[in-house]
Amino acid sequence: MVDPHLPVPGDPIDNPGLPHHEPRPTDVDPAAEKRAERQVAAMFGLSAICALLFCVAYFAFDIGEETDTFMGLGASNLFLGLSLGFALLLIGMGAIQWARKLMRDHEIVEMRHPVASSEPDRTEALAALTQGTADSGIARRPLIRNSLLGAVAMLGLPAVVALRDLGPLPGDALERTVWRKGMRIVNDVAGTPIKPDQVEIGQLINAEPAVFFATDEEGEPVIEGHELQAEKAKAAVILVRMQPEDINPFPARENWGVDGILCYSKICTHVGCPISLYEQQTHHVLCPCHQSTFDLANNARVLFGPAARPLPQLPISVDDEGYLIAQSGFEEPVGPSFWERGE
Amino acid sequence: MTPSFPKPRKSARTAAKPAKKSKVGGAAEWADERLGLATMAKKNIRKVFPDHWSFMLGEIALWSFVVLLLTGVFLTFWFKPSMAEVTYMGSYDQLRGLHMSEAYASTLDISFDVRGGLLMRQMHHWSAMLFIAAMFVHLMRVFFTGAFRKPRELNWVIGGTLLILGMVEGFSGYSLPDDLLSGTGLRFADGLVKATPVVGTYMSFFLFGGEFPGDDIVPRLFTVHVLLLPGLLLALIGAHMLLLVYHKHTQWPGPGRTEKNVVGFPMLPVYAAKAGGFFFIVFGVTALMGALLTINPIWQYGPYDPSKVTAGSQPDWYMGVAEGLVRIMPGWETELWGYTLSWNLFIPGQLMPGVIFGLVLMYPFIEAWITGDKRDHHLLQRPRNAPNRTAFLVAVMTFYAFGWIAGGNDVLAVIFNMSLNQLIIFLRIAIFVGPVIAFIITRRWCISLQRQDEETLLHGYETGIIMRSPDGSYSERHLPISADTAYTLTARDRDEVYELPAGTDGNGVAAPRGPIHKVRSKLSRFWFGSNVQKPTREELEAAQHHADHELALHAAEAHPADGHQYDGRNDIAGDELRKH
Repeated sequence: MVDPHLPVPGDPIDNPGLPHHEPRPTDVDPAAEKRAERQVAAMFGLSAICALLFCVAYFAFDIGEETDTFMGLGASNLFLGLSLGFALLLIGMGAIQWARKLMRDHEIVEMRHPVASSEPDRTEALAALTQGTADSGIARRPLIRNSLLGAVAMLGLPAVVALRDLGPLPGDALERTVWRKGMRIVNDVAGTPIKPDQVEIGQLINAEPAVFFATDEEGEPVIEGHELQAEKAKAAVILVRMQPEDINPFPARENWGVDGILCYSKICTHVGCPISLYEQQTHHVLCPCHQSTFDLANNARVLFGPAARPLPQLPISVDDEGYLIAQSGFEEPVGPSFWERGE
Repeated sequence: MTPSFPKPRKSARTAAKPAKKSKVGGAAEWADERLGLATMAKKNIRKVFPDHWSFMLGEIALWSFVVLLLTGVFLTFWFKPSMAEVTYMGSYDQLRGLHMSEAYASTLDISFDVRGGLLMRQMHHWSAMLFIAAMFVHLMRVFFTGAFRKPRELNWVIGGTLLILGMVEGFSGYSLPDDLLSGTGLRFADGLVKATPVVGTYMSFFLFGGEFPGDDIVPRLFTVHVLLLPGLLLALIGAHMLLLVYHKHTQWPGPGRTEKNVVGFPMLPVYAAKAGGFFFIVFGVTALMGALLTINPIWQYGPYDPSKVTAGSQPDWYMGVAEGLVRIMPGWETELWGYTLSWNLFIPGQLMPGVIFGLVLMYPFIEAWITGDKRDHHLLQRPRNAPNRTAFLVAVMTFYAFGWIAGGNDVLAVIFNMSLNQLIIFLRIAIFVGPVIAFIITRRWCISLQRQDEETLLHGYETGIIMRSPDGSYSERHLPISADTAYTLTARDRDEVYELPAGTDGNGVAAPRGPIHKVRSKLSRFWFGSNVQKPTREELEAAQHHADHELALHAAEAHPADGHQYDGRNDIAGDELRKH
């Protein structure tokens, strides 16, 4: 073993070696030692009391409908946490105090060993590996080796194919919504149909297709549960009304609104958050997730932000009873982009 | 046992004689006869760990993980990973009677109807944050001090993988309650998956079991969150610790501390008490946080509804960078032959995380290639002594910081009354320019610190005593530093710039001078070229000789400079000034 403190050639200063050990007050003063001992034991003792207090708090404070509160905080959570916290902390602090003040604090030196194995060990291991490989004859029998490799590689197929039933194929699911010609546009909370004169200039109404609130003969909802969630994720819309002269529709969209009322998909074309922050003066709507900004007076084109496409517009008109309805479904897929989405 | 023998007085010195067995000895013997542990234990019971505050950061991560396992098991007793629709009838008034998923309803039950449930939920969430934060800071410590160098590169890769897995584990965890916020996070994940070229739509449908949100994602994430990822994390943490023990911990250079030894306190008792005690401290602090600091109050968000969202929706902090990159990306999208490629999501959400993590995981190998350093390193480097490495991480941190700011741009714009659009445009530029500026400043700063170290070594430290010479000029008095400090400052390797090998080898084959070697040589020159190398023995001795000469001159003066009494070289007992 080379003495690590021998001068290293080229080093300007020789290693002076470990500094000698400085005694702590607890090493030389019996009173300090006794005091530290009492401190540690007191911390452990207090910890035990806190553990008991946890049990008391568990049974003493009510949760549920009528909760006990303490300074506006849930008393149960507060006192359970405080007692558990201090029960744990005091054990930790006691142990560390013990280590720092009372345990022998002489630093010791351990020599490092090379991480790599010794040369004979390496030679022996390599010889064993070579012998083992040679015994198997894998190098001499490429037919066996290659067929084995092929077989193992082929196992990847079952591993992938077995996951096929994780979900149905997309089909055209992303390209259609429940919107149909003539479906009423209803308020998203109450499900009430909307007449044009109920929409004021500058107003934004969160709306949904009437089918979300429809019931069958037995009074059961037509769409419910996760199907409803999936359809909502595509069919939610916003209704806005602005001065008709402010609107600059594409030529083909001139009759898509009703007296300045326009209907757009509520689902952002970026990652699909529902957009809802409306600035009525400018007709801008902002997505709260990634701040894409759309100009509703100009076919919802993107003004700013990471979205790439305008919000799809739903052509609307009014039915015989004067309620707002869809002229048709959306002409393009709503929501975030996906690979197969084409014009 | 031979009772006729007299009881040995000094058992340690008479080990050959059978001493009376202690209880511990008896138990150890029983165990060793069955497990044969003594061979391993004899080396490890008194294993040495060097002491430094920064070595504790990884420990926080380790203990947070244990807290996560304990609190997580508690939560699984009540959590129902199901998206079946139920009507909530629990204690929380505002939501009673609402339709929601069982996952959300059971999370409400844990929060309001299980004693200690809210505490465990909040502790679980807080310790997850601590776990990831501690891993980040631990990674930075290892990086800045060069602890990832040979032979520890693979442990660095394991650690980096742990960080990535930890973040995915965090995301899968906070997506489970199926509240409005976590559902919004999943909506984002869905959009991100759909942006994958070619297979994105299929991946989304397979992930969610159909169209988003479906009713499969919560149970699937639950399995990932409580079985798959914790299993991987546990195995990798085990490997990380085993390698740590095998390599032995790195240490700072200093008197008596060399590449060949490790100096510190023994595992038993000091480290057992310190590290074991530290577990209780991490656990206890987490409990106090769970008691006092509300986190993720899902009852305020309501059940998930894909047509609703709240302003200021944000992911947990460690996802903030990915979120920020997505926010400041311009809305680029390409349509070719009826297929859509969403650069606006693919680049910041899929490509960038891959590039950043790839770069971080590969870093030890990249640096070793540039420096050509194949030696083992067990002594840590001060960040200033590796300016480019330090500057690289500071640049990455700057990039990260701007990404993070971008992740909260809406909140920041509101708080500071700024234009959101201008803030985003600023960030789009700053995220590229900022890291470059940070790199240059850090690099020069490190080199300046090296120069200061050299000054201190050669000319001593600045005493703050200003001397006026008889001819009226002023100078600051420098005094030599202690031998230990001087040694510590010089305890670093000299850097060697990689030069292109010249000429031919013994067989007349031209030395490799291809373009890759030229690049490497240039990089190496950039890497080390500006570093200040430690002085040679001669230079140091010459400088010290000069200083001694000066000191002697001053000593010869009739009245030694005032202020000298406090430079640590004079007896100050009984000094009048000190008494006030």
